[in-house]
Amino acid sequence: MNTNCSDITQNYYRVDKLPHIWCPGCGHGTLVNTVVRAIDKLGLNKDEVVIVSGIGCSSRAPGYLDFNTLHTTHGRALAFATGIKHANPKLHVIVIMGDGDSSAIGGNHLIHAARRNIDITTIVFNNNIYGMTGGQYSPTTPYGDFATTAPYGNIDKPFDLCNLAKGAGATYVGRGTAYHAPLMQKLIENGLQNKGFSFIEGISLCPTYYGRKNKKGDVVNMHNFLKDNCVDKKVVDKVPEKGENKIIIGELYKEPKPEYTESYKVIIDKFQE
Amino acid sequence: MSSEKGYKLLQGNEACVEGALAAGMKFFAGYPITPSTEVMELSAQKLPQYGGKFIQMEDEIASMAAIIGASLTGLKSMTATSGPGFSLKQENFGYAVMSEVPCVVVNVQRGGPSTGLPTSPAQGEIMQAKWGTHGDHPVIALTPGSVQETYEMTIEAFNLAEKYRTPVIMLMDETIGHMREKLIFKDPSDIKIENRKKPNCKPEEYLAYKADEDMIPPMANFGEGYRYHVTGLTHDETGFPTNNNEISGELIKRLSNKVNNNIDDIAYYEEYKLEDAEIVVIAFGGVSRSAKSAIDEMRSQGMKIGLFRPITIWPFLETQINSVADKAKEIYVAEMNLGQYFYEVDRVAGKKCPVKKINKVNGELITPKEIIDAVKGGK
Ligand SMILES: Cc1ncc(C[n+]2csc(CCOP(=O)(O)OP(=O)(O)O)c2C)c(N)n1
Ligand code: SF4
Repeated sequence: MNTNCSDITQNYYRVDKLPHIWCPGCGHGTLVNTVVRAIDKLGLNKDEVVIVSGIGCSSRAPGYLDFNTLHTTHGRALAFATGIKHANPKLHVIVIMGDGDSSAIGGNHLIHAARRNIDITTIVFNNNIYGMTGGQYSPTTPYGDFATTAPYGNIDKPFDLCNLAKGAGATYVGRGTAYHAPLMQKLIENGLQNKGFSFIEGISLCPTYYGRKNKKGDVVNMHNFLKDNCVDKKVVDKVPEKGENKIIIGELYKEPKPEYTESYKVIIDKFQE
Repeated sequence: MSSEKGYKLLQGNEACVEGALAAGMKFFAGYPITPSTEVMELSAQKLPQYGGKFIQMEDEIASMAAIIGASLTGLKSMTATSGPGFSLKQENFGYAVMSEVPCVVVNVQRGGPSTGLPTSPAQGEIMQAKWGTHGDHPVIALTPGSVQETYEMTIEAFNLAEKYRTPVIMLMDETIGHMREKLIFKDPSDIKIENRKKPNCKPEEYLAYKADEDMIPPMANFGEGYRYHVTGLTHDETGFPTNNNEISGELIKRLSNKVNNNIDDIAYYEEYKLEDAEIVVIAFGGVSRSAKSAIDEMRSQGMKIGLFRPITIWPFLETQINSVADKAKEIYVAEMNLGQYFYEVDRVAGKKCPVKKINKVNGELITPKEIIDAVKGGK
């Protein structure tokens, strides 16, 4: 395990690909770092880690990371990842996606990967907006908020991605934020250790589009909002009132179920006798 | 590898799976659609018996994505679909072209457009097979004309995919997919198997998209210690995105040329009674069978007529069609569409002799009589 920041960078980043494309203050960089630190903490073999993404600002992350990396088509990361994991279950498959990527164009793949309970750790960088295409509303943009395609306020109702994943069959679900980085890292570690489909939402920040359109102030203000408005599930479990009108973070759901590639192995093994 | 021996009465769709297994298929992902479904069903049954993997995905987009993912780990992979499903696969098909991931895509054509005629034969995806996805790209597509040939060409499809690091299309039609004929299995020792070229440098030195002289980059599999980046974005030799105009242009040309400069190696075709033919029918897939009986009939009446049957429908067999046109007085292109392959033939042969179309799009196979009437009527 590397605690030193520059060791982490040297060991896991493709330093020749830096600087990254993200805007100053974007939450995505912090979230990528939590992914890398979780991998480091668990001491996973770099050659056995595959990082898959779709298309979007968040999905550019794999390009900076020194593993087997796959930058796919918009929304389809989980389908590619399913092929990889099913073909070679030894690999640790991690998927990084944006909120639009994972829940609009890729929503169907998300629910089906969760339903299969295939051992993939999925991390959604949720900035409540389409960043890469310039600030259109996404399936997680809050009701009434503004976006370039919601100039009069958004009338779509937003998804709760964690509830969606849980309902679809994910066996580990957690929510962290770019402000609560240590928690985020811990959730990813747990997700990586769960034998099954793990879903971790990382609330991110897009100061460039979401922040500006919705007058959220500067980046520090946006972080303060997360600090003041998120409550850990453990606290809410004890004192429910503390969760009123707040964003619940932490480990939200955990329930072991048969994993897809292991169930398939049972079928293959029948013929090997 | 498939352990089938001797012979069996099988459908074209089933023969496709037998060929795939003989070629070393170890992964199949699909979504059911008529008239291709038997390919998927037999794959589900057989793959685990040979240590392979099958998965029914949520749709065709996901199936195409899954086989690319599986191929990146080193497994020979295939998906199968028909018309509407083929349309859905196109974006990720282009991804496989761009990222040079070998795989086989079976399209058992049915009537279209849209959901069209699900259970009827058609050959309406000749041009879609070539230009279905966006951008300029190479395509290898094979059109078998019998059950035996479906088996043998599926083996070749895997070989070409591995050799040229590209997706290969098995462009069948319902007639071939659902027809039952005797299939004679090949002895495994008689089957030539191609495998993707692997890098022999140290992992740190590996440039994932640096092509050799033959225009094809060696391919490492995920999990083998070569950590590299794969993207659908225009990339340089390292595999990372670039906007450099020179590099971008060169990549697209290389992708195209690695296929188009090797047509001789990819060209499969049959010449039937062509030696002294003055009239030539060009037909492929199911229609070629009607064409053969029409030709036999007209030969018995003393007409000098023969068939040129492209099996490799893409890349276009320009040299072969050219020499057919040099000798022919008249060419007829018979196909179950309104004239898709015709325009390619006409482009090459049209200046040398009249090229005419025989088309049908009502969900029925073109009959021998219709070909005879067209040729005799000079239509
Ligand atoms: C098929 C397809 N449709 C649309 C796009 C354009 N597109 C690129 S990124 C993107 C949205 C990304 O938003 P999100 O997933 O929320 O990620 P972010 O950029 O905010 O991190 C869209 C719509 C595309 N690349 N492909
Ligand atoms: S546009 Fe938004 S999401 Fe994209 S890099 Fe900039 S701040 Fe981040």
